[in-house]
Amino acid sequence: MRYLIVLIPALLLPFVLTDFWLAQVLTRSLILGIIALSLSFLATYLGVVSFAQASLAGVAGYAIAYFGPNTVGIGVPLPFIVKLPLALLLAMIAGALIGFVARRSRGIYAIMITLAIGVAFFYFTRQNYVLFNGFTGFSGVLPPALGDRSWGDPRPLYYLSLGVAIICVAMVQGFVRSPLGLAVQAVRDAPGRLLALGIPTTFPIIAAFAFSGLIAGSGGILNAWFQERVSSFSVGFGPIIDILIISVIGGLRHPTGAFVGAIVYVILDIFAIDLIDRDRFNLLIGIVLLAIVVAAPNGLQQLAIDWVGALRKRAAKTPAN
Amino acid sequence: MKNLKIAVSALALSAAAVPASADDIKIGVISILEGAFAALGQDGIRGVEMAIADAGGSVAGKDVELIVVSSDASPDSAVAAARRLIEQDGVQVIVGPLSGSEGLALRDLSRSYPEVTIINGSSGAQDTTLRDPSENFYRFGGDGAQWMAGVGTYAHDTLGYEKVAIVAEDYSFPYTQVLGFMSEFCAAGGTVPEKFWTPIGNADYSSVVYSIPQDVDAIFVALGGSDAVSFLTQYQQAGFNTPIIGGSITIDQTVLSSDASFRDMLLGAPAGTPTVSDFDSPEWTAFSAAYAEAYPDGLGAPSIFAHHYYMGGHAAMLALEEVGGDLSDGGAAFRAVLDDLEFVQPTGGIMRLDENRNGIVDNFVIEVFEREDGSLGTRAIEVVKDVNQTLGQDLETFLAAGPVSRDNPSCP
Repeated sequence: MRYLIVLIPALLLPFVLTDFWLAQVLTRSLILGIIALSLSFLATYLGVVSFAQASLAGVAGYAIAYFGPNTVGIGVPLPFIVKLPLALLLAMIAGALIGFVARRSRGIYAIMITLAIGVAFFYFTRQNYVLFNGFTGFSGVLPPALGDRSWGDPRPLYYLSLGVAIICVAMVQGFVRSPLGLAVQAVRDAPGRLLALGIPTTFPIIAAFAFSGLIAGSGGILNAWFQERVSSFSVGFGPIIDILIISVIGGLRHPTGAFVGAIVYVILDIFAIDLIDRDRFNLLIGIVLLAIVVAAPNGLQQLAIDWVGALRKRAAKTPAN
Repeated sequence: MKNLKIAVSALALSAAAVPASADDIKIGVISILEGAFAALGQDGIRGVEMAIADAGGSVAGKDVELIVVSSDASPDSAVAAARRLIEQDGVQVIVGPLSGSEGLALRDLSRSYPEVTIINGSSGAQDTTLRDPSENFYRFGGDGAQWMAGVGTYAHDTLGYEKVAIVAEDYSFPYTQVLGFMSEFCAAGGTVPEKFWTPIGNADYSSVVYSIPQDVDAIFVALGGSDAVSFLTQYQQAGFNTPIIGGSITIDQTVLSSDASFRDMLLGAPAGTPTVSDFDSPEWTAFSAAYAEAYPDGLGAPSIFAHHYYMGGHAAMLALEEVGGDLSDGGAAFRAVLDDLEFVQPTGGIMRLDENRNGIVDNFVIEVFEREDGSLGTRAIEVVKDVNQTLGQDLETFLAAGPVSRDNPSCP
């Protein structure tokens, strides 16, 4: 029921907004939110902050570009029905591999390992011309046709991204209630006790990373279709940090926080240059992000929930007065 | 604390409101205003502003409003910036971008917006206009190969170099620069036994330094900014003193001004560029003076970026004046004017376009010299007139050689 408050406006927005707001603000926020969701999931339920989520999104994005139509003449075109699951599978495998490498590390060590993997992947895509087309990457990565139109048009792509976002949130909520999801949370809370009970911790960790790869991969495919391109810049240091910022300012308490963080981040990113001297717009972005982190240590979503709670309390008190 | 929160939210929301008058002509500018290229991007903006100021800030009685957005050298960010300008601000003329791969991305994007005209800033990748060009993408300037015109011949015939190794960054613009150098150098009989491609932002060149063959006569270095400084320093410190040949952004004032040990190694080093700081011609002197007056805090002289963004902005203003500021036909008349536009460049030559809407330019061979005060500068030693994109070769032959890459061209 609570979700309808968000869902109904989200479904109606395309009829009131311009293409720019729909595509460049909302769709981009949804896509970044999906990728950030994969990080929020790991951080909240496994207790590991991974810097490799942009790389996982990149694996799926590169796969969809390599196995699909593009304008750089590299790759093997496959039918849509094959390349989509293949791209997601590759992202899951990449996630599982990262989980395998990082399975024994926590805290700052897990950050270092995943950061190293992310940066190594970035330099690899930039240097490798056979699979990744180096610096320039792939262009002309078009989504499939939708009748006589394209899934890449603003409205279809918005609804597609919205649908994928809802599915991803639902999957996360289903996963954390499943036995495997509970084991993942047990690894977070007390790995020693889990081992003492005779449950190995390796499998839940790898499974959690693979699952996050699936979510990040979904976002990565949408991102490739949205940008109509994927290149080494899509997996570079900038996107790695962006994803972290979005997760943190949105809040890690609930999966949907990632989307709140994404929309704030995207609006700032687009409009900061209009508000301030163009030499210093990054300063404004930094100050606002800093203010958010200081004022809302649990993220913007938690802040909003607290405000609503406070308003309700006040409303409940009023008749008594 | 609560007030702070409200202030922050209000700030974020007020971003949505952008005032603009309906009668103004809006020109979008895409330049790099963040990261390693920010200083260069800023100089590009100065160039466009000078072009607008030249026309008195208006065309055909309508005020011109510049809307500047920043990209970060990545194709993705350039595309996002262009979409924002087109869809949110409603511009029909864009000047930009700055860097090679951004240009390729905007060339692709321009096909989706046939009513928008994109006039390149300073991006110099070859295929932006050579292969599969777009009807509404213009480049009033050369590509990286044109910017090397004259250097290969000079190195072989005048300096007598027979064998040259190459060290360059691993992306589209240096590939194009290497092509420009090698097409002349190899044709003159020189050979390039080995090429070293390094990632942008590389700090450690030791593996490259010790792999360069000992018997080469010179090294062609196409690295930018801090990469050039790092390589030259490490090469000199390793005890080598092979002469250097520079790319268009290698021998630049920021590198020459650095107080580094490789100074002496660079004396007399030739390079190719469309923009020379100390060039003695009336047009350039006037342009430099206008630049220095408008921007006392600017660079010592207009850079390649100010020069090229100026030409992009200047072309837009001339063509807008011609059509009376009317873009209501989707810019068709505006583009028809641009196709045949000719104007005097700041360096004195006549700028005009080929059939792919790429500029036919004058290029300079320059060399590094020591000024009287001991600082290093560059001076023109040769001007190559009318360099077209195929470097004077037949189009068919030029295209048949294939797109530039790590291995193309090759003459070991």
